This record gives sequence, C-alpha cells and structure tokens, in this order.
Amino acid sequence: MKIMLNGAPAEVQAETLAAALEELGYGEARVATALNEDFVPAGARAATRLAPGDRVEIVAPRQGG
Amino acid sequence: MEVYGTAVASRLMLGTAQYPSPQVLAEAFRRSGAGIATVSVRRESGGEKAGAAFWELARGLGVAILPNTAGCHSVKEAVTTAHMARELFDTPWIKLEVIGHADTLQPDPFGLVEAARILVEDGFQVFPYTTEDVVLADRLLSAGCEVLMPWGAPIGTGLGLTNVYGLRTLRAQFPDVPMVVDAGLGLPSQAAQAMEMGFDAVLLNTAVAKAGDPAAMADGFARAVEAGRLAFEADPMEPRDMAAPSTPVIGKAFLE
Repeated sequence: MKIMLNGAPAEVQAETLAAALEELGYGEARVATALNEDFVPAGARAATRLAPGDRVEIVAPRQGG
Repeated sequence: MEVYGTAVASRLMLGTAQYPSPQVLAEAFRRSGAGIATVSVRRESGGEKAGAAFWELARGLGVAILPNTAGCHSVKEAVTTAHMARELFDTPWIKLEVIGHADTLQPDPFGLVEAARILVEDGFQVFPYTTEDVVLADRLLSAGCEVLMPWGAPIGTGLGLTNVYGLRTLRAQFPDVPMVVDAGLGLPSQAAQAMEMGFDAVLLNTAVAKAGDPAAMADGFARAVEAGRLAFEADPMEPRDMAAPSTPVIGKAFLE
C-alpha cells in the first residue's frame, strides 16, 4: 500500500507499524513513531494497523538548542 | 539550583546544535561545565542510524538531557513531539516550545499554556520557553510548570537582554520560581547581567557553537555565569548619581 513516510510517498507490504519499520530497514534503530499526527509508543506498534494514505513519522535523537 | 526535585550542579545549560564537529561539541561541554544539555528529535530514514550515533555522543557528555519541541507551531505538534522525545530520551523533562511567529520565533502564549497543561497532566515536567510577560508566567505556573524559561532576545540573535525592565519585573514577581534565561544571549557579559539580576541559570547554544573557538567561548560563559551569580549573592551596592570619594577625606595633607 502507499503511505506517506516522513513526508514522502512510500510503498510498503507490511500491515502493521512494527512490520513496516522492519521492512523499511529501521531494525533495532532508536526511533520514535507517530501515525497520522498521534504518538504511537514502541509497545503499541505491533498492534497498530496501517491503512493506505496513512502518514507515518519516524524520528530519532538529534542535536538541539 | 533545583528543578523538579533534581539538583543541578551548574547554572549554565548548553545546546548541542550547530557545532563544527562532535569533537568540538564535546570539548565545549567539558570547558562549559554545563549540567544540562538540550537535544531534539528529527526525522530519520531507514538504515541511517544517525540517531544512535548522536545518542551515544549525548550520553557521553555525562550531563542531564533536556529534549525540546523546537520548530513546533501547534499544540498538537508540540504534544506529539514531547511524547516521542520522552520515549527516545527516557526522561519526563521537556523544553516546551510552541512558536507563534516565524520571523521572531516568539512563543505562542495561548498554545504554550494549553500544551503545558496537557503535558503536565500526562506526567511531563515542563520547561516552557516563554517571554518576559508576567501574566503568561502566572498562567504557566497555574498549568503546573515549576520552572520558567523567559527569552533574553529572539533565538539565535545574540542581542542579549532586550527588555531588562520586563525581565526584572518577572524576576521580582515570582522570586521563588526557578528561572532560566533562554535564548538570545551572544556574549558572556550578557549572561553575567542575567545572573546579576537574580536569574537562576542561563541556556544558550548559538553563542558558543558559532564562536570562532567554541570551547574558549564556553569557558568564558562558564566564568561569566559564576561571576554574575556571586555578584547577585553578594548584594551589590546601590548606584548613585553624585561622586562619593572612596579615599578618606579626613587626614589629607593641607598643601595650598
């Protein structure tokens, strides 16, 4: 299905957020996620189903002021 | 200085952005003696692993981590970002920024209070990036904030304390609330001024990161913060308009 991943179109086979992270190469990366502007805790990713057009944000620690 | 029940050893807080290299960042932190480092969360692509590298660097600084919601313009965006930051950095602390104006990066006071209330209810310990407005400060305290971070000047300007009267009024109105002057400082003398006025700490980033020698500037700020705090605690003399001789007048030889 087509989703928006960090603001860009992406194609995934996965049906859950956890599976999508695996498919997209995040593996064990230290990331946090949001689906359609709502935070999804790491523990809830496996039970979070994706639908076409979903907006997925994946962020990681960065420099900040 | 204590914030949310945690003792903070240094009154200097330092950002981690814009340094020429990770090595310069680490050296600047070492020279600054900062007790708190600010960080952010940003998009990461699959396999990039930049987050893991920065996380190692940040942890290696050996200081408390204060994640921010920099760049957020809405309550929703700030709240979601705060939740992501809490999970990533494993801390209830959040430097809450809700920006209301693109050119000045001035906080949106209405959104800031709303976001602060939501986050406090969610168990966050909120460090609100605010203005010197006393009414806004009162609302933030009512929302459950236990520390305030008024700006000195707009982020990244290096203009120093642009509204000394407003900051003095804010400090006087809430004498027992920990207050950190956050943003707008460019020189150590400006940090010393804030500390002399009784602010509990300062937070800066660009002034150090964009200096020609960031580590030396970090050292300069550390000394200025210490000097300013000592001056505040030492109860400064009152200024006066007319001269008053410091050398005794009595006993001067009569030579006319």
